[in-house]
Amino acid sequence: METFLGLDYNVWWFLVFGAVISGYAILDGFDLGAGALHLLLNKETSRRIALNAIGPLWDGNEVWLVIGGGALFAGFPVAYAAIFSAFYIPFMVFLVGIIFRGVAIEFRSKEPGILWRKTWDVVYCVASMVIALSLGLMLGNVAYGISLNSDKEFNGNWLSFFNFFSIMVAITTLALFMMHGAIYLVMKTENRLYTKLYILARQFIIFFVLTFVITTLYTLLYVPHLSDFFRRSPTFFIIPVMMVLAIANIPRQLKIGKYRYAFISSSVTIALLLIMVAVEVFPYLLYSRTNPANSITIHNAASSPKTMKILLIIALIGTPLVGVYTSFVFWTFKGKVKLDETSY
Amino acid sequence: MNVEILARIQFAFTIAFHYIYPPLSIGLGLMLVIFEGMYLKTGNKMYEKITRYWIKIFALIFGIGVATGIIMEFEFGTNWATYSKYVGDIFGSALAAEGIFAFALESGFLGILIFGWNRVSPRVHFFSAVMVFLGSMFSAIWIVVANSWQQTPAGFHIVGEGMQARAEITDFWAMVFNPSSVQRLIHVWIAAFLTGIFLVLSVNAWYILKNKYLEIAKPSFKIALVAATVFSLMQLFAGHQSADVVYKHQPAKLAALEGHYDSMSRADMYLFGYVNNEKQKVTGIKIPGGLSFLTQGDFNKPVKGLNAFKSTDRPTQVNSIFQFYHMMIAVGMFLIALTLYASWLAWKKKLFEKRWLMWVFVWAVLLPQIGNQAGWFAAEMGRQPWVVYGLLRTSDALSKTVTANQIVFSLIMFFVVYILLFVLFLYLLNKKIQHGPVDYGTKEYIDEGSKRDNPILTHDADFEIS
Repeated sequence: METFLGLDYNVWWFLVFGAVISGYAILDGFDLGAGALHLLLNKETSRRIALNAIGPLWDGNEVWLVIGGGALFAGFPVAYAAIFSAFYIPFMVFLVGIIFRGVAIEFRSKEPGILWRKTWDVVYCVASMVIALSLGLMLGNVAYGISLNSDKEFNGNWLSFFNFFSIMVAITTLALFMMHGAIYLVMKTENRLYTKLYILARQFIIFFVLTFVITTLYTLLYVPHLSDFFRRSPTFFIIPVMMVLAIANIPRQLKIGKYRYAFISSSVTIALLLIMVAVEVFPYLLYSRTNPANSITIHNAASSPKTMKILLIIALIGTPLVGVYTSFVFWTFKGKVKLDETSY
Repeated sequence: MNVEILARIQFAFTIAFHYIYPPLSIGLGLMLVIFEGMYLKTGNKMYEKITRYWIKIFALIFGIGVATGIIMEFEFGTNWATYSKYVGDIFGSALAAEGIFAFALESGFLGILIFGWNRVSPRVHFFSAVMVFLGSMFSAIWIVVANSWQQTPAGFHIVGEGMQARAEITDFWAMVFNPSSVQRLIHVWIAAFLTGIFLVLSVNAWYILKNKYLEIAKPSFKIALVAATVFSLMQLFAGHQSADVVYKHQPAKLAALEGHYDSMSRADMYLFGYVNNEKQKVTGIKIPGGLSFLTQGDFNKPVKGLNAFKSTDRPTQVNSIFQFYHMMIAVGMFLIALTLYASWLAWKKKLFEKRWLMWVFVWAVLLPQIGNQAGWFAAEMGRQPWVVYGLLRTSDALSKTVTANQIVFSLIMFFVVYILLFVLFLYLLNKKIQHGPVDYGTKEYIDEGSKRDNPILTHDADFEIS
């Protein structure tokens, strides 16, 4: 096994993949959240401001999904093949959500008619929710485990995806994104719209904490292969503790008007949540409930060491580049939203 | 219907629909760089107006291209799991590179291109246009490299046996520069340029016919015509290079392209015709020995025919492959004739007098699209029965866990969604074209912006809580 800085390539690529997925959840998370709460804004101008707050950014955020898919395909092709063929139906629903979310943002402003705009508002909101829920459902099942045969392929019924644990993860994901999106919008708005979003943000924080607590309790009681890790290595309890602190920090920062810090706290919450999932499942990429020996791990699903090396080089060159121009774009559109003639 | 046919139909349908948009983005990206470059160089407001106009259309096209493109990346996993495992070691790095180097660049700077007019300097805005264009060009590189590897695999070795077998990379650069990738990439790039350029020509020809926005339509048309003429001619050579690679590396595919069966005889080249696969006979107008000449420089040298291959190792839908291939060539030839004739008229300063020719240009927007689709269908059907040429059969590449019913569900879903998307796309595109370009900074322009606020719906955001 070839190693780099003491960790083998597979572990490195698992970290890269995890980082990309966290990046996706943090970035697309806020615009999916903004989409999911879109219908709670009543006025046309409010909706336009909310849309334009994510307008120049959502497309770049979605790229992280493409990079994540590529990273999984390239580094762990067996996992890529098993996951997407197993989650065929939920994933197709997710993809239709992605299509409609994109075109709804794009099409809405193209016509002034009331019916046109209301229709796309509903499409946008529902699609954002569908994306968040289906992502959460799939993530839940990856952690919970599905039925895999000795060829490492799914051999169960897709209705089994709707188990209590995965449904709770789906709702938690939606709540998390809505909280994150509301905080983002608070940061980007002014006056009464800001006040309204501020109240919404606080409600979504409570919503998220509730769903998170239920999911965690259920995991501790009924999903031993996930909770065992924390029983065995109590030092890692630092992760949930940090998460609680990050969540608690959000209302505090909002109260003193440090919206950027509130947004960073909420981003950290998302990252910690995914890190927690990652340490729970590691080294599994897809756990087999029927026979743990058929599980897909970062070792039996991986590409050859040579490919792993090439991928790490691509990541080392690419990450700073993406970082530089993503920061440039975010910097260009910093500050409160002002509608002008180029807006949606 | 069985899973294989359904999965192939779904892939063909989703990729064909997706491929309407990326070539337009690449070609329009080129035109945006040209128009905005002219604006920076001359300071002429007319070019700014043109640039702003096309950016709005670009945004619409790009949006649908992204939405339908994400489907493609995941469809390998959903429907072609065995294939994904087989090629992941090789194909995945190209796909990952596409995401990180190309797509991220493109999508990041697109925001500045569309929304950044009042936020960045003209130079930075132009830079963003260049980055978006380069991003789309890079995208094409990695996708064509991956596809070319399936046509002419290189830089790998096979590890494992039976269902566990997979290709592993031995030489990254040999994989990237596999025997067909450079030729096919150039062929695809030029086709994409032509697709975007002909949209510009079409819209402006229509304005000229309607006697509207002439001060913009005529110069735009001329600039685009120069580009169209150059690239149509270049495509003739690029296309020939591409066919030469097929001759050298995929003989069964070449034979299918021309419906050539007998290895002992010279090979003819058809202008058009019909292939009867059972009787192994082609009826049509041909240049005797034309294929022999084009591949080997001699009209009488034999070319390997379809019968030289086992019936299970060669494509069966020979007539379709033949027709798609010839359709593509006919489009290419027609575009050369059309652009040369129009350039000659422009030289004589009679171009805009010929109304019938303007009408031809209005509809010619469809031709590069037809050429793109036909070319890809010929390339992909000609590769059958292999998904990776000579290594992995399409029938072995499927997801074993996905049932026919599931694919029927997704196929119907994609069909309905894409039809809806296409209708909306045409409606909005037509609306933008009818509306025409607007002068930046004038009252009409400002009104345009405020019209986004529907007067009936608009209330001050301050009244949100009420």
